[in-house]
Amino acid sequence: MLLEFEKPIAELEAKLNDMKHLAGDNDKTVNNAIQALEKKILELKKETFENLTGWQRVQLSRHPDRPYTLDYIYALTTDFIELHGDRNVSDDKAMVGGFGTIEGQTFMLIGQQKGRNTKQRQIRNFGMANPEGYRKALRLMRMAEKFNKPIITFIDTPGAFPGLEAEERGQGEAIARNLKEMFTLTVPVICIIIGEGASGGALGIGIGDRVYMLENTWYSVISPESCSSILWRSWDYKEQAAEVLKLTAKDMLQLKMIDGIIKEPLGGAHTDAKWMSEELKRNILTATKELNKLSAEERIQQRIDKFCAMGVVKE
Amino acid sequence: MSWFNRTDKGILTPTEAKREVPDGLWFKSPGGKIIHTRELKNNAYVVPEEDYHVRIGSQEYFEILFDDGAFTELDANMESADPLKFKDTKPYPKRIKETQEKTELKDAVRTAYGKMSGMDLVVACMDFSFIGGSMGSVVGEKIARAMDHSLKHNKPFLMISRSGGARMMEAGLSLMQMAKTSAKIALLDQAKIPYISLMTDPTTGGVTASYAMLGDFNIAEPGALIGFAGPRVIRETIGKDLPKGFQSAEFVLDHGFLDFIVDRRNLKSKLTTLLKMLAG
Repeated sequence: MLLEFEKPIAELEAKLNDMKHLAGDNDKTVNNAIQALEKKILELKKETFENLTGWQRVQLSRHPDRPYTLDYIYALTTDFIELHGDRNVSDDKAMVGGFGTIEGQTFMLIGQQKGRNTKQRQIRNFGMANPEGYRKALRLMRMAEKFNKPIITFIDTPGAFPGLEAEERGQGEAIARNLKEMFTLTVPVICIIIGEGASGGALGIGIGDRVYMLENTWYSVISPESCSSILWRSWDYKEQAAEVLKLTAKDMLQLKMIDGIIKEPLGGAHTDAKWMSEELKRNILTATKELNKLSAEERIQQRIDKFCAMGVVKE
Repeated sequence: MSWFNRTDKGILTPTEAKREVPDGLWFKSPGGKIIHTRELKNNAYVVPEEDYHVRIGSQEYFEILFDDGAFTELDANMESADPLKFKDTKPYPKRIKETQEKTELKDAVRTAYGKMSGMDLVVACMDFSFIGGSMGSVVGEKIARAMDHSLKHNKPFLMISRSGGARMMEAGLSLMQMAKTSAKIALLDQAKIPYISLMTDPTTGGVTASYAMLGDFNIAEPGALIGFAGPRVIRETIGKDLPKGFQSAEFVLDHGFLDFIVDRRNLKSKLTTLLKMLAG
């Protein structure tokens, strides 16, 4: 799939391909032109991806080829045992979790899971968890605590599911409980926004000692589309909404709501999933090492202090 | 002219009822009952016989709960900044200023401490008239500091919610207020300080998904709309009409998320009994 802002790059790449076909082995002028064009493409790519608007990053965060939670988990771990169910109602397939081994260390890995095709999307409910999903996540986090294993959460959701049964079974209560309980976890907690970080549905597994965003993701209180429909009473202002919501990783870091940005390969995480997983692993291991130097009490205190400092008021 | 009378309740709310506090001398309830405003006030703003709970604000709740209506307000001058330079159809600071002038409030929550039936109590109460009772940095920070007051002086905390959810104009910062208030509630837990959450009409969105649902005691006023997603969004998601009474306080009680529903006229006495039991 080609996004609008990728078209000029794709056009040049098509031209480059043609030239390569035409060029003979020793055709010096054509080879020089090829080199020049390759350089031009790289520059254009750099310029495009460094200056993406909020809305363009939202588009990248939803790219159909983008790696999802389980893609990362399988790439990061040598062993992974998925654990199911909230022990109350059901197993929410929009939220996955289990123990996995990264470089010999056991972690609890949890995250929202999206589907790749129509059937999968239905099974995964588009990554929109029900209360059972949040309760399953909390069950697994408490288990991680019991066995003293650090927790990693992968956040990728268009929101908690706004359905009838979700309300009956207490969607609000499930998310609220997670927020409170995550502040008391004695083990290190690392949260990574790998795609969409929509509102309470994202925050419900997002209270961590370290909160990172991948470069082309978004995190806010509402999606740009819904914001547009509420504030402008029309779906047509999503680009503007994406700007004013300050939802990019850069904005969120500047406003001190996250702890860092994890770089993506040029062109987005989906263009080189292997590189992306390596980069994730590097960040996870560094953060874990730092967090392991602190006592549980220190981590909890710092976690509370960090979130309590968020917000800007006038007095 | 019977065809001229409204038979269904709550379909079209008269303008008077939409206001938080009825001004003028007479108040007309959604059921069509006309009542003197003084009588309404003496009845804790509940329409007699109909038991309709009028939407009231922080001032009224403080007067109902605190002995002789006496209380000390905390952070009374805290106001919204505009860290995001947010502008939709109008700039955010302009929206704040206009709302402040219209409502004579600084933001969507007021916090205070005082005595209720002789016992110490800290109360945070939301005002729906201020941008739909939306939660931004000020709401989160004022609640957090009021909880700090509870922690420091070992006083029970009562949260009265009436809100459409997080305030969009502060985007991520509003979202993080859910985290901040939940962190403070974890500290109240640790200190074994009672935290009572009273949900009033309406309590939805990020407020439901944080401090409103985290009470040791989750209680509500009769008929209050309580939910995570709003009814319109759910209707659009499932493509069906919602069952009658869906997301009402009675429905939420039935599904196990409330401890009890309390008539506003009995609120003070019931809270007093409960807190006395805990202290005894």
